[in-house]
Amino acid sequence: MDFMVFQYPMITVQACLDGILLGILFALIAYGMALQWGVMNIINIAQGDLVILGGYIAYFMYLYGIHPAWGVIVAPVIMYFLGVIIYKLVINKVVDRDLFISILATFGISILFMQLMNFAFGADVVLANSDYGTTMLFNNNVVLPNSKLFSAFISILFAICLVIYMKKSKLGRAIRATAQNARAAKILGVDTEKVYAATFGINAALCGVAGALISITFTIHPYMGLPYTIRSFMIVIVAGLGNLPGVAMSGMGLGVFEEFADYILGTEFRIGSVFLLLVLILVYRRFKLSRKREYLK
Amino acid sequence: MSKNNLILYSGILIFGLAAPFLFPAFKVQLSILCVLIVLATTWNIQGGEMGYNSFGNILFYGLGMYLCASVQVGMFFPLAEWTESGGEKTFVHTPAQFFQGMAVGLIVAAIVPTIIAGLIGYSILGLRGHYFAICTLGLGVAAGEISGGIEIIGAGQGFTTPPFPDVGSLEARGEFFYFLSFFTLILTFIAVRSIYSTRFKLILNAIRDNEDKAEAMGIETMKYKIIGWMISAFFCGLAGGIMGGLVGYIDSTDVAFDGREMGVFMVLMAILGGKGTLWGPIIGATIFHIFKEGFWTFFLGWQYVALGVLIVVIVIYFPEGIMGWLREKYPERFGEVVDEKDRKAQVELK
Repeated sequence: MDFMVFQYPMITVQACLDGILLGILFALIAYGMALQWGVMNIINIAQGDLVILGGYIAYFMYLYGIHPAWGVIVAPVIMYFLGVIIYKLVINKVVDRDLFISILATFGISILFMQLMNFAFGADVVLANSDYGTTMLFNNNVVLPNSKLFSAFISILFAICLVIYMKKSKLGRAIRATAQNARAAKILGVDTEKVYAATFGINAALCGVAGALISITFTIHPYMGLPYTIRSFMIVIVAGLGNLPGVAMSGMGLGVFEEFADYILGTEFRIGSVFLLLVLILVYRRFKLSRKREYLK
Repeated sequence: MSKNNLILYSGILIFGLAAPFLFPAFKVQLSILCVLIVLATTWNIQGGEMGYNSFGNILFYGLGMYLCASVQVGMFFPLAEWTESGGEKTFVHTPAQFFQGMAVGLIVAAIVPTIIAGLIGYSILGLRGHYFAICTLGLGVAAGEISGGIEIIGAGQGFTTPPFPDVGSLEARGEFFYFLSFFTLILTFIAVRSIYSTRFKLILNAIRDNEDKAEAMGIETMKYKIIGWMISAFFCGLAGGIMGGLVGYIDSTDVAFDGREMGVFMVLMAILGGKGTLWGPIIGATIFHIFKEGFWTFFLGWQYVALGVLIVVIVIYFPEGIMGWLREKYPERFGEVVDEKDRKAQVELK
């Protein structure tokens, strides 16, 4: 236990800013999760692995001398098609089945991806260096890498674009209609199969963007996927489906929580504290709901 | 029918007792198989019969593993110094100490997870469906991450369990662990079988089929859910303790709280054999273990790829498992009364 974070206000400011910038990235991944959960009613355990895969796309561009920031454009395109392929091969068979089946099937995909990435890229922790430099604030007491600012900016940009797309475009309308009532949408001539494929593709593309940004800002590793899945799941259940400001807020909250957990408990307990927080949130939710149920009785 | 059963059971018993002498090279594999069957069968109590699909039984398995080894060491030597010295043995158990420690360790490894399951059961088992699944997944991973940061049980560098003492014969270690796991398997089987012949199983099934209705019928569902989970935890802890001694080395995320492997294996074995049947998990575990070992041996490196594909294929194409498939094919064997006319009508429809 180390409480230095409370004794020096600048460290607190640093942790908060880091956490918020990190949380914006989490919120982007969680938005994809909320989208597919709301539309297709599946929980994708492979979400985090899609993120890591997007990160490796940016890393590879970096290896071949292209600036990794272009990965933000290339990764979603590749990931969109990959998402559609995964949908056609696996997900379309679990869409209208029990949720546990979808969890287990995507767990299988997750293990598969993890190992394939391990083969393809090796088990090293890698980072695509963007050479963006750093910004100093408050008399050089708070250090913010520009790459973090860049990634937060791009995340917000993508999120806004997607919201506008969902509101205005024909496909966006079809997706929202399917989310409300798949059967009615089908009767009214929406090709739900196509909508599902597009939804999963968009989710994978969002993961790709987030992954590319993570590879620039932080580090990536083939086995690091599951924590991202759990984080996005947690953000979605705290915010609720289809509540975009809620997703953004709880994403940032989670980011700040993690930074503080990192400072206070030590880095080795960081992931553990995320998973423990998930359990606590679910248990809290259960007691809240059960009180409501008793009230209804 | 019961005469057939008697022959079957005595056949399996004789095979089980003779197996380590018939296949001396496979003793360790057979012991692991016994442990896997115990895990799959007990997962099935709350996963298959109760409908609460947990990824978190690995929590009890890992706890049992750490507890058994810690007790075995801690009874005679200072635990901190033991883990400090790592693989180098500064302390040596005498045979009497080893077996005494193992016995006490296994008892602790079974009891403590049961108590923990009872304590957290009220909060966790109130969750339904996928929330329960994800919550237990989180529990398992969190336990792994946290135990990887605790110094006294070896933190990230692992914990070496006491080596088997020298009791004369080289084969003794394998035989000891084989018979330990085989008798645990028999104990589990008898316990599960007797549970399944009582009203308790019907209550669990009622919870699975419609929990609200079961509650409306006057069943205290929470009580039975917790008991079901505690039974699972008891055997998971026991299996973990044995596995720890068998493997000889405990790592927080790769051996003990290995949600990615063992935690999924339990679920997969039960689903492969058929959820909610007595024999399903046993058959599933056997087939899975043979497949797994074959693959691990001949296609080293590709095993996780194969595992991922296997999970997807089993879940999508065989969600009912082998027993479910047999049940559909030969319903009479399972005690279901089939109307001949009805069956003919169905065939005509096809």
